Amino acid sequence: MQSFIKKYYYGDIPDDNAGGTNNIIQNKDEKNWSLWEVFIRSKQGLDHKHAGSLHAADAQMAIENARDVYTRRNEGVSIWVVESKYIHASNPDDAESFYDPSTDKIYRHPTFYDLPDELKHM
Amino acid sequence: MNDSLIHYTLHLADNAMILAQQNSAWCGHGPILEQDIAITNISLDILGQARNFYQYAATLIGNNATEDSLAFLRDNRDFKNCLLVEQENGDWGRTILRQFIFSNYQYLLYEELQSSSDEQLAAIATKALKEVTYHLRWSSEWVIRLGDGTDESHQRLKNAIEQLWQYVDELFINADYENELLKENISVDVSSLKNKWLEKASSIFDEATLQIPQNVFAKTGGKQGIHSEKLGYILAEMQFMQRAYPNSVW
Repeated sequence: MQSFIKKYYYGDIPDDNAGGTNNIIQNKDEKNWSLWEVFIRSKQGLDHKHAGSLHAADAQMAIENARDVYTRRNEGVSIWVVESKYIHASNPDDAESFYDPSTDKIYRHPTFYDLPDELKHM
Repeated sequence: MNDSLIHYTLHLADNAMILAQQNSAWCGHGPILEQDIAITNISLDILGQARNFYQYAATLIGNNATEDSLAFLRDNRDFKNCLLVEQENGDWGRTILRQFIFSNYQYLLYEELQSSSDEQLAAIATKALKEVTYHLRWSSEWVIRLGDGTDESHQRLKNAIEQLWQYVDELFINADYENELLKENISVDVSSLKNKWLEKASSIFDEATLQIPQNVFAKTGGKQGIHSEKLGYILAEMQFMQRAYPNSVW
């Protein structure tokens, strides 16, 4: 059987640079398990999609919890988990400067080309 | 031969049924939401196995027997589950250890049962093995987590070992119906599973910094229908509805 506490990292991130827990429990006094974000791939070939979050003491437990909580109804074929604290998000206060400038730039959509009739499905 | 096959199938079913009933008591009481879901998932998996075995037993018995009549209308002495599964849930550590002892056993059992000459039993085993593989993985990790966790969790697991280890040996002693079916390659020789079982248990206990107890006096009888008083309480709760309101349905 497989060894039980084995970490799987996506891609070629070296262990020591990877986020998450290199030690089983980082802080033994910690009463609350940390929060993890769960990403599920529903089918081969599709992207992993954010499914929700859960609590777990380490990555292994997070994957198993995710399996139990989010794939009970046959939702997935692959699970990623990442500790929520490693996710950096854009600031809602920046929304104006971030997103508004693109709303009036329809020329960034490739809709101004004349397509030959032979081309389907564009 | 047919009687032995019925007893054997019921034994497999009862093991699963009683453990499923016990684990389901955690529903809404798990130590944390995610584990509440995990243990009840496992309970449902095992219940599904019990149903498959009961349905098969019902066809062997005939006489209008159904999976429901077998689960809800048989008496204490007719149940052929091993004593281990009727032990109280206790704390989380004890439930975990009971699950680990049982899943470790069930994994080895189903692995062998897949090649039973009885096609139905073989098919059920093949289907269930995937589930049990996960149960074993999950419970193994929890044994390690608790054993190698805090002083408190370590001590609780030690207590659980003290309480449950006396029921381990029964798993590996063939009952008369098992011996009978061995001749026809239907049943699994459970005595042959013990070494592998111990190997796995030792490797997990090593990681969990726990000791396998030696020279424990084994309690037996469940597989022949001789149970502790605990099974009575379990059945009283489990069978109440069908006994009080016969043939009631959802």
